[in-house]
Amino acid sequence: MLDLQAVSKHFGGVRAVDGVDLTVARGQILGLIGPNGSGKSTIVNLICGLFPLTSGRIVYNGADIADLPPHARVTMGIARTFQNIRLFGQLTVWQNLWVAQNSSEQRKQNFLKRWLGGSRSAREEIDRTLEFFDLAHKRDELAGNLAFGEQRRLEFARALSAKPALLLLDEPAAGMNAEEIDQLDGRIRRMRQDGITVLLIEHHVELVMSVADRIAVLNFGQKIAEGTPAAVQANPVVREAYLGTAAAA
Amino acid sequence: MDFYFGLIQIIGVHTLLGLSAYCVLLTGQVSLAQAGFFAIGAYVAGMLTVIAQWPLVPALGVSALVAGATACAVGFPALRVKGLMLVVATVAFGEAVRLFFFNFTYQVQAGNIRLGPHGGEGFRQIRYFPENGWTTLDVMLFIWAVVALVMAGLWWLNRSRAGAVLRAVGEDELAAQSTGINITAVKISAMTVGGVIAGIGGGIFAHYTTHIEHVQFGVVLATFAIAYPILGGLSNVFGTLLAVIFIQGFLIEGLRFMGDWRNLLFGGLIVLAMNVRPRGLLDAGAMLALKRLFFSRKERSDA
Repeated sequence: MLDLQAVSKHFGGVRAVDGVDLTVARGQILGLIGPNGSGKSTIVNLICGLFPLTSGRIVYNGADIADLPPHARVTMGIARTFQNIRLFGQLTVWQNLWVAQNSSEQRKQNFLKRWLGGSRSAREEIDRTLEFFDLAHKRDELAGNLAFGEQRRLEFARALSAKPALLLLDEPAAGMNAEEIDQLDGRIRRMRQDGITVLLIEHHVELVMSVADRIAVLNFGQKIAEGTPAAVQANPVVREAYLGTAAAA
Repeated sequence: MDFYFGLIQIIGVHTLLGLSAYCVLLTGQVSLAQAGFFAIGAYVAGMLTVIAQWPLVPALGVSALVAGATACAVGFPALRVKGLMLVVATVAFGEAVRLFFFNFTYQVQAGNIRLGPHGGEGFRQIRYFPENGWTTLDVMLFIWAVVALVMAGLWWLNRSRAGAVLRAVGEDELAAQSTGINITAVKISAMTVGGVIAGIGGGIFAHYTTHIEHVQFGVVLATFAIAYPILGGLSNVFGTLLAVIFIQGFLIEGLRFMGDWRNLLFGGLIVLAMNVRPRGLLDAGAMLALKRLFFSRKERSDA
């Protein structure tokens, strides 16, 4: 479904991402892990189009999307969350999902209806999503006034509001407690059941090992390993990247 | 009495000017081009009623369209730059418009006088109101009918999805893009709507002053335009109205007795107001308090 081909991003002399090939198969959950600064978030930003590639190709459903602006990629079905939460704090919880209804199907609505009131089905969709994320009772609160865990859930919900086929989760478990991570685990699995492909970037190893079908490991901007969770866990190169040479020996 | 009617007219027209900046400001853009759109509206409407002998309302409609189209065209290049660079770009545009009218002469002979814009001397004899027998009260009511209409429209827009999208772009462009919002299109739309409102405001201004010239549409007017919504707060359209009343009614007219000291106090009071209410006179908190006041009263009367 998504194919990164020899993708590179250099910031001046820094090779944040350096010739990475990565394939996300339809319906799969691909975990992307790596030490701090290994280029994980940069890859998400490249897939979303927040900055241009230095070289390489990004192919989505057979089309090269590397030159498309970010909003066009969302319309094609690629949505994301942010590592550091970026909600619209002065909008209500409900409005945060409302403004994010930008899938190609939602765009086909009658122009006036779409920009003024919103159709009944669009409104019901928001209510359902809020219900699923246990935020229905907060619908009229300003997003900026929510507790941290609620903000994380709202960001996840907002990403789903555009009905993505591919969801990029950038460290969704950061700052969550065990119970919240458990719920997150369940929600990510539910995404797969609903046919959404997921690219999961996460530091929390247990979560990744638990939900991911495959895992790719980055270090210093390069892919150093890829395989099933068990194979990656046993890979000496991965251990070396995380723990240093002495421990691997 | 006519003095107060005149003041209320000024407040009405400046509210339109402030609301035009308000639209653009919702998307987080500081535009000093609003005085330019206002000037375009003033000259276009004036020429239509004076030279082409049109009635006022269609003339205002055309001036709104011309100013809106100009804003849309200016938006494309200008909104590619951000922050201070946008301020500089829009000031440059505003000055270009002003200097255009400084040089623009198009006059026709009418009896023993010549009518129409005359370069640096300005555009005199925009006498639609006196010629058609409008009293100061009529003019005032007409202005406020337009203001009420524009405010109602923006109030309604604010509650729509379009309003939420404008605010989303204003709050975080990067997040807005990443949720699929085409931020360039949103900003240009806001600029266009702002241009339309400034065009109507300018058209009315030309008719109640009867004499316009380029110096009236300089950077000072552009600064006022942007000061109203910033001072009043962006949570809704009444903030801008409140700020116009505060500045035009209180600071400019109310403090006239202080003579030349007025200008000093003027700046000081604006700084003070911004410090006491950093999110504007009428911020979200004030609106909530008003709502509570209103609803608790209603409950009491229900009981």
